[in-house]
Amino acid sequence: MAAPLSLLLVVAVTIRAALNRSSLAELIAERVEVVSPITAWKRVIEGLALLDLGVSPYSGDVFHETPLIIYLFHFLVDYAEITFMLADVITAVALYVAMKDFNKQVFRKQKFSLEAERYPADCLELIRSPTEMFYIPLKVAMFYLLNPFTILSCVAKSTCGLNNAVLSLFVLTTIKGNVLLSAIFLCLATYQSIYPLTLCAPAMLYLMQHQYVPVNPRRAAFWWFVVQYLFMYLGSLFVIVCLSFFLLGSWDFLPSVYGFILSVPDLTPNIGLFWYFFAEMFEHFRLFFLCVFQINVFFYTVPLCIKLKDQPVFLMFMQLAVISIFKSYPTVGDTALYLAFLPVWSHLHRFLRNIFLVSCVLLACSALFPVLWHLWIYAGSANSNFYYAITLLFNVAQILLVSDYFYAFLRREHHLTAGLYLKKKDGSEATLVLK
Amino acid sequence: MAAPRCSRCACLLLVFIYSLYVVVISEEPTPGNEQHASVVENPQTAAETEKQPTEERRWEATQVDETVPDDAAANKQDLPVPDSVLTSTPPLKDEFQEELVIRPLHSGDIYASFQFRTVWETDFTRGSKVSHYRLFPKSLGQVISKFSVRELHISFTQGYWRTMQWGQPYLPSPPGAELWVWFQDTVTDVDATWKELTNVLSGIFCASLNFIDSTNTVEPSASFKPLGIANGTDHRFLRYATLPREIVCTENLTPWKKLLPCGSKAGLAVLLKSEKLFHSSFHSQAVHIRPVCQDEPCKTTSLELRQTLNVVFDLHASGQGKREWSLFKMFSRTLTEACPLASSSKIYIDVTDNPEEDQFELSPATHLLSQAVVLGDRRTFSVYDLTQQVTFGTVRSLNVLIRWKSTEGDMLRPLLHAERYVAGYGLQTGEIHTLMYNNHPFRSFPVLLLDSVPWYLRLYVHTLTVTSKGKDNKPSYIHYQPSKDRMRPHLLEMLVQLPPHSVTEVTMQFERALLKWTEYTPDPNHGFYVGSSVVSALVPSTVAMNTNITKEQPLFSTFFPTKEESSYFIRVYTEPLLVNLPTPDFSMPYNVICLTCTVVAVGYGSLYNLLTRSFQVEEPNPGLAKRIANVIRRMRGVPPL
Repeated sequence: MAAPLSLLLVVAVTIRAALNRSSLAELIAERVEVVSPITAWKRVIEGLALLDLGVSPYSGDVFHETPLIIYLFHFLVDYAEITFMLADVITAVALYVAMKDFNKQVFRKQKFSLEAERYPADCLELIRSPTEMFYIPLKVAMFYLLNPFTILSCVAKSTCGLNNAVLSLFVLTTIKGNVLLSAIFLCLATYQSIYPLTLCAPAMLYLMQHQYVPVNPRRAAFWWFVVQYLFMYLGSLFVIVCLSFFLLGSWDFLPSVYGFILSVPDLTPNIGLFWYFFAEMFEHFRLFFLCVFQINVFFYTVPLCIKLKDQPVFLMFMQLAVISIFKSYPTVGDTALYLAFLPVWSHLHRFLRNIFLVSCVLLACSALFPVLWHLWIYAGSANSNFYYAITLLFNVAQILLVSDYFYAFLRREHHLTAGLYLKKKDGSEATLVLK
Repeated sequence: MAAPRCSRCACLLLVFIYSLYVVVISEEPTPGNEQHASVVENPQTAAETEKQPTEERRWEATQVDETVPDDAAANKQDLPVPDSVLTSTPPLKDEFQEELVIRPLHSGDIYASFQFRTVWETDFTRGSKVSHYRLFPKSLGQVISKFSVRELHISFTQGYWRTMQWGQPYLPSPPGAELWVWFQDTVTDVDATWKELTNVLSGIFCASLNFIDSTNTVEPSASFKPLGIANGTDHRFLRYATLPREIVCTENLTPWKKLLPCGSKAGLAVLLKSEKLFHSSFHSQAVHIRPVCQDEPCKTTSLELRQTLNVVFDLHASGQGKREWSLFKMFSRTLTEACPLASSSKIYIDVTDNPEEDQFELSPATHLLSQAVVLGDRRTFSVYDLTQQVTFGTVRSLNVLIRWKSTEGDMLRPLLHAERYVAGYGLQTGEIHTLMYNNHPFRSFPVLLLDSVPWYLRLYVHTLTVTSKGKDNKPSYIHYQPSKDRMRPHLLEMLVQLPPHSVTEVTMQFERALLKWTEYTPDPNHGFYVGSSVVSALVPSTVAMNTNITKEQPLFSTFFPTKEESSYFIRVYTEPLLVNLPTPDFSMPYNVICLTCTVVAVGYGSLYNLLTRSFQVEEPNPGLAKRIANVIRRMRGVPPL
């Protein structure tokens, strides 16, 4: 199994290295779909240049990355290309190992259920076989490493790649059941971009199940675990924020990083929903809609937790998708991370309703982004509405994709308890509806 | 021919002895001349004082008593002033002088520069309330005392000064409006005072100065030093702003003229008719207020108000090919009297290029000549003194007329010259190129470059490159203040050494921001203006550069270049830039709000659906008749169908 993975890594690194050396690298680094005002490498370099000039990088409105990133690249700026490739490799390997572990657990759980004869008789088709699960980790790694979105992101040296590495390490440590490391990596991810805060819930759910703590708010053990985890999480967050303070000697970075993420002052076009909406917003409604849009990311956490409390890994996937759709400065790198999880849910394909349409739309949008951008910005023959329309379509497609997987997942769970071929009272074939 | 030449030589000798004398005197450590000694510290002041026509004269025998140089008030204390003038007049509380300098330009244009100077022996800083105004305009006096202004410089300019064709202007100014103010160090909230001051000035000058806010105000650290006497140069008390888009017209000229003691009723100001002034290639009017020394020990200060108006007429084009101009042709007025309130009132015509009167002919002829080192070059001027009745002749009106004889003649290329442009295409990124030319054949000199770029062009300082002669030219000093969105502009100040005879190119990349739809101007596709870069420099003087002595000068005076003339301060403004930004569609805020909210609702709706509902087997609905029948059967107590 290691041989195909290493081959994959070699191929992925070769592609990245080749693109980095081609003339395309500069073009890719400027693409608004690939880099956002937070993650752009150009801005990181600018932050370093400001630091060299003796100006605080946060005194201006160009640099919005966290102090740790600037200190990381203070030493690694000459090896930036390798750093970003390494980040991608780490992400892929971490996801690979995590999914391998997760597969084992899924298989074990399925075996117990089968032995306990919990599944209805006609559900044998839905039972997953080890042969089809065998290649899932490799597919996940491949989906991440060979995804054009990831490749572009890496070639553009978008710091999104680093965030993805931290998030995948968080997934790995959570699935391995290491509470402390899970909390630390989650805190790092939160420190980088606030939104991973919502991943707290799936992590706790997973770790509780892993340690056989009952997921029941009426039990003291549940709350004890929650307190433990939150203590580790918030403690490391506190340490890391204080560390940033001592590195820079000022709290300037708080408004410049987190204020910037939350209040969306930079309306540079990107693939998200925020930029055009707030460029066209009436000034007196601005705050209201800002709150509405930001709450969107955090809003789904609690209901999703309740609905998916037995499947925390799927919950994690849902949260990652919601974050990447509704965050204020999304890039294709964020999309690539949750797309990498799709092979894990390959057994849901028979229940997906409009996967063909959605994938066509996603592909078409990805192709149309640069075209309409060119027409608007360079040719002047189109206006901003064209690009905006494509971002809308892209987001609708993402939403449909995620809700389709969610639907398929719920439906499979339902079939696993109620049987696959449902009959009506009169014996004819029944159709399932949501009520 | 030999006789006048001999006398000229004698006069030049006299001039030189005299200037040496002045230099020696001015070496004495007087407070007023400290600015002289610390030229690098405070170059403007040195340049200003040098610029004023110094005390050279070659008077006719009948006019010996005319020895007081009109504009050399700053140098007055240095001069052995003949007793006959100063002791006979009682010391005035305030004094007004006016002058007009006319310089024929090599391009065939005419440059006319008016200066009106009011010096008032008063001190607002002492806190004493001043209520009696004579020559000094009360509106400005009140502003200065209310806002604790130490120095105020404001200029309104229409058109761009073409340095390569016209040479250096006497008073440079950028296109549009420029305002820079030094506040007293007693001001606690400088920003609030600045905001109030700009609004008041906006009213006084009928200009859009109220558009000056924090997004276009900077605090330059080195480029704008106080021009008057100053005991502190803490740039926290300095504010500098330009409005490159400001259009200057009659409504700005009228309030400016009202500040003059004689208004536009008498004196040189009668020439200021807006229909002619604005029919010109370049128009610039300015007000400079600064404290100057009252007397030699400089224990007390006076307030100096200098109103200047510079205008360039393109008479060559409008004169049907005839190269001829007169006061009447330029201003459609002639002069009949000096302003009665003025202590001196003079017209200077630059005749340096016309020593043998073979280039042009000046009429009426004047015997008064004056020499001065202006912008590092020794210039000769014909002088018309309006306070003398004899100037107006028998017709009681003065209409100076120049008729060209030949069109040749070459201009000394300006030693320093700068230009700027935006490179790149598309609306995403771009690059600002600033070119600075050092035309000196063998000397390099440092220049201070100041760039203030609005926040919506996001500058990347790591892309800053300075190259001269194809090599990297590292600036020895960089002061960079990054912008804050909707708060403050970028400020970049650099000290760059310009190698001799070279072009230095400063490039910097920027990114164009997408603004909120309410932040665009009403004509967003016209583009956004970026104010001029300011290049301030101490330029080696052309007089000092002149080592091959063509003019006959005493040998002892020409071996070492004299210190006073070795370099002079100039400020060069580049073109303002016009940059296009990407625009949203202004017609559809409602559509955008509706469409985006729809997408969010699609997300919410589909997730809500899946979260709150559960799967059920679909049972076909019973028909309407069956349902009614069931209701009836239930009422009857019979089991339903």
